Amino acid sequence: MTPRWMRFAPSLFGLLSLAAWEAAVRLAGVPVYILPGPLAIIGAFVADPLGLLGSLASTLIVTVTALVTSATLGVTLALAMSASRLARAAILPWAVVLQVTPIVAIAPLVIIWVGDPFASLVVCATIVAFFPVFANTAAGLASAPAELNDLFRLYGASRRDTLFLLRLPAALPYFLAGLRISGGLALVGAVVAEFVAGSGGFASGLAYRILESGYRLEVPRMFAALVLLSLTGIAINAALGALDGAILRRRGDTHNDKEHAP
Amino acid sequence: MLSINSVGRRFPDGTVALRDASLRLEGGDFIVLLGPSGCGKSTLLRLISGLDRPNSGSLDWDGGRAPAAGEVGFVFQDATLLPWATAEDNVFLPLRLRGVSRQSALPDVHAALERVGLAGFETSRPRQLSGGMRMRVSIARALVTRPRLLLMDEPFAALDEFTRHRLQTDLIALWRSIGCTIVFVTHSIYEAAFLARRVVLMTPRPGRIAREIASKLVAGPETRLEPAYAALVADITHAMERALGHGELDPA
Repeated sequence: MTPRWMRFAPSLFGLLSLAAWEAAVRLAGVPVYILPGPLAIIGAFVADPLGLLGSLASTLIVTVTALVTSATLGVTLALAMSASRLARAAILPWAVVLQVTPIVAIAPLVIIWVGDPFASLVVCATIVAFFPVFANTAAGLASAPAELNDLFRLYGASRRDTLFLLRLPAALPYFLAGLRISGGLALVGAVVAEFVAGSGGFASGLAYRILESGYRLEVPRMFAALVLLSLTGIAINAALGALDGAILRRRGDTHNDKEHAP
Repeated sequence: MLSINSVGRRFPDGTVALRDASLRLEGGDFIVLLGPSGCGKSTLLRLISGLDRPNSGSLDWDGGRAPAAGEVGFVFQDATLLPWATAEDNVFLPLRLRGVSRQSALPDVHAALERVGLAGFETSRPRQLSGGMRMRVSIARALVTRPRLLLMDEPFAALDEFTRHRLQTDLIALWRSIGCTIVFVTHSIYEAAFLARRVVLMTPRPGRIAREIASKLVAGPETRLEPAYAALVADITHAMERALGHGELDPA
């Protein structure tokens, strides 16, 4: 078993690193517009907390909307693919095209075509977040062993029964794992889209704050926005991890139950 | 119950899995299909279950009617349980698929679990059960619809020897009390000799039925120590070697 103090090791290491960073910046006299120390970054946040938190909320709304959209789209298309080989042949190549096309390259087009700023950000983030949840769900729907499919056939199960009693439950852990990856990617997609859109003169998300602060050489504020983005990514990952754990535990899928003797 | 007449099965890749196989199943029989890998025994089982269709020959059910869903039970080599469902829900599955409500199915589900010695494990999930217990749940699931015919495809092959012996003894007791027909696939001569009323020897490339050996052994916990069992094992071994063309190894 891990000793209790080991749990504090990451925080302790982080604090020591921050202290070393602050000391190095001060001792070497590095100007804040090159590399601000942690205290300057905290100062920049304290100077305008509402502005930065408002931008965080804006980015978060885009991220969550994109995640919900990509999950809905991913599950729907994965279901269509599992139901029909024709649908599979038609959908799969386009899903791969969507995955391999760099979002930075198509974001300007999306912004021009969609027009509405919020909708275009959501579309970009959805494109980035879509593939993991889609591919995982498709793999999960096909993951039930052949013998179980045979068993359902043998007992005359309808397609609906096979879907609801076998394929969807088998796909659940795959979907949740995909959703967790897509959660992180939705944030990345939202930020990339904001960068592109921001340079076009609208939007107010955290990425736009980073750009804006960069132009004004307000480097501590830039770092403050960056820290908020990282914390948001960690929070999204932790939240989806907790959701994953709670759902699978409720279903009895956890692996730490006591095994019975043979 | 069923006449299998000159049945053949060729897979799309050209492999002849089974050629010209004929067999008669009677009600209450315990038939063991015995042979090495690739002799078509699992294919024959799938043809009987209706999961696969022959390319030639026919399966003629007495009365001219193929069994309805639930009249044939199938036990696979793996327990093939739904990992997220309890033992009770796994056994309930075949009844649920036939539209039986949970309320009216529960007495049958509990009776089936009790038959296989798993009373008290209704709420356990497969992961919490040993390999032998999982196989018992699988057998209970096959029995819950009260099938006329029970098909078993090497169900004990993945289990340790002690568990296998116990399950074999329990299966014989179950078969005697239920009285359904069992077709059991194995590649173990010892298992075949212990279980079967009739051992059907099969040989590979292409899969075919070589011969049948009848057994009068009354299997019980002490059977494996009896000379009659050893003699039957020897008979089957010699017949199998002759069928496989290993005559030179035969001391007779």
